[in-house]
Amino acid sequence: MAALAKHPVNARLTAADKLRMYRDMVRIRRFEERSVQVYQKGKIGGFLHLYIGQEAVAMGTVSLLGEHDHIITAYRDHGHALAVGMSMNECMAELEGKVTGCSKGKGGSMHFFAPDKRYWGGHGIVGGQIPLGTGLAFALKFKGLKGCCLAFMGDGAVNQGAVHEAYNLAALWNLPIVFIIENNKYSMGTSQERSSAGEPLAKRAEGYDMAWDMCNGNILYEVREKAAAAIKRAHEESKPTLLEIFTYRYRGHSMSDPDQTYRDKQEIADYRENKDPITLFQKCLQAENVLDEATLAKIDEEARAEADASAKFADESPFPTPESILQDIYWEEDNRTPKTNSEGRMFFEGLDS
Amino acid sequence: MPVISYREALRHAMAEELDRDPNVVIMGEEVAQFNGAYKVTEGLLEKYGPKRVIDTPISEAGFVGLGIGASMLGVRPVMELMFWSFSYVAFDQIFNNAASIRYMSGGLINLPIVIRGPANGGTAVGATHSHSPENFIANTPGLKVVCPATPYDAKGLMKAAIRDNDPVYVMENTILYNDKGEVPDEDYIIPLGKADVKREGTDLTIIAHGRAVLTALKAAEILQAEHDVSAEVVDLRSIRPLDVDTILKSVAKTHRVLLVEENKPFCGVGAQISHLIQSEAFDELDAPIKRVSALDAPAIYSMPLEKLQLPDPQRVVRAALSVG
Repeated sequence: MAALAKHPVNARLTAADKLRMYRDMVRIRRFEERSVQVYQKGKIGGFLHLYIGQEAVAMGTVSLLGEHDHIITAYRDHGHALAVGMSMNECMAELEGKVTGCSKGKGGSMHFFAPDKRYWGGHGIVGGQIPLGTGLAFALKFKGLKGCCLAFMGDGAVNQGAVHEAYNLAALWNLPIVFIIENNKYSMGTSQERSSAGEPLAKRAEGYDMAWDMCNGNILYEVREKAAAAIKRAHEESKPTLLEIFTYRYRGHSMSDPDQTYRDKQEIADYRENKDPITLFQKCLQAENVLDEATLAKIDEEARAEADASAKFADESPFPTPESILQDIYWEEDNRTPKTNSEGRMFFEGLDS
Repeated sequence: MPVISYREALRHAMAEELDRDPNVVIMGEEVAQFNGAYKVTEGLLEKYGPKRVIDTPISEAGFVGLGIGASMLGVRPVMELMFWSFSYVAFDQIFNNAASIRYMSGGLINLPIVIRGPANGGTAVGATHSHSPENFIANTPGLKVVCPATPYDAKGLMKAAIRDNDPVYVMENTILYNDKGEVPDEDYIIPLGKADVKREGTDLTIIAHGRAVLTALKAAEILQAEHDVSAEVVDLRSIRPLDVDTILKSVAKTHRVLLVEENKPFCGVGAQISHLIQSEAFDELDAPIKRVSALDAPAIYSMPLEKLQLPDPQRVVRAALSVG
């Protein structure tokens, strides 16, 4: 850990930077844990895919983003959302389907978006976001911007055809993209061994003459080091990288997963006790004399309080109005001007039908 | 006024929009160096260069998804599908992502994409190449779809599609690419959602879109010459949004309706039009609505049989005469 701390991308971090990253990982953890309680009370519908255990991946990568760097991910997206600076209030309200949610209650857990923070979702179809991310990278290059797209996927997405099509386009056209596989060993209930031929998963990049690498996702400094190299390749050479980051989730695939049949309880316990990314970074910062007991306790207390406050905010927020069902579908309908070149009937069943 | 082909009309529309807006990009298989599988994009690479006119590998899900992603940052991709049948390879991107992202973000994002290409049978290319999925698109809130039948309509609708800030899908037709018609040189737009009465009449309203409009017009000539029936032909041009006013106005005028489309019947566009008319203009109808569509089978290869499978003027005339 000490050696990684000396790597330029980490050595330049101030104590305040390190504390902020630590605090944000704790905030992600506490938000996710609070959302479990909200879900169990029946206030969150559908699916809830928790990021607990994977915090260092979002934190390590997002902490490197510059003004022309963009990110897109799949449905285990709360960690990335909080890491880019979305508020717990708007996220929790979205989970409860309230109008104060980041998507006005129209997206839900899998569809958090924040274009102003260069965060493009939040996507439900496995692998479907990868061509989109390739398009973000294409646009950056088209506009002559020195930037990149970080496009996240799980270990279960790597066999989708659309992902391979995106790898090919990125390598063929030299697009500034970093494809990131958050490999938590299980695609829902199916282990990597039962899903994918050939390992490591990132080695498939060789079939496209694309650079690839791997890293331990439980060590924040290592995530930063490896991601920084890939981002540099994107910025300076406009070339893609496939980066496989090994991580782990303590909870099931989603709240609907009883998590009884496909993995060993001992494995989960081992990660919690020996490999937890927040604990590891905490020990690292304590060794660096950046984090003392009082601050540690304060950060945790404030994170819990913030999560509690967000649940209260969500509870007290209203649902969207029925009229809103037919809004935010077409830009031209939501922004009608005399210049709109779109007439005629747009909707065929409304509230007054 | 210049007389140009449907193909040239589409090309001129794209060229004018490439000139007008530096964010417009043409993308697709064989659109650049090959000059287009059906020569629609011929000459565009030479004029605008490889940054604006881009050949893609055969990976519809990949390059359409790429275009959608790029549009989130303001690129305006005009993506060609060599056949609209190939849209099924990219169904998740074309029908799911493109339609849903604005909504799921609560209106924070819009996707100014165009997807265009031939959507037709009648050319012996077989069952998997002959689809016309305007009905699937029209069933999907978040998407728009237009079906130009003439060169004039093709240019005006394509320009409107490219300038529109939502996904607009354009159903072209390989059989229509050589058709010629008057098309102004100057800039003009046909708004989405506006139908066109292509022939005025008093006894019967024939509603059609795409190549079926031309079939309906031929049938209307026969009906007038041989049966003294005056048929009005309404070209929908735009399926979603839909010009309901023009439809209902014609129904109120003639009181008899025949729907014609080249797509297969179940849940085709005609099914929706029929419901609308009986729901909103029942008292205007003097007879049940009749319909001519493709025979309900996968597109057959054998050429004379494929001709039977698609609506032809004779079948339309027989159906017209059978409208009570």
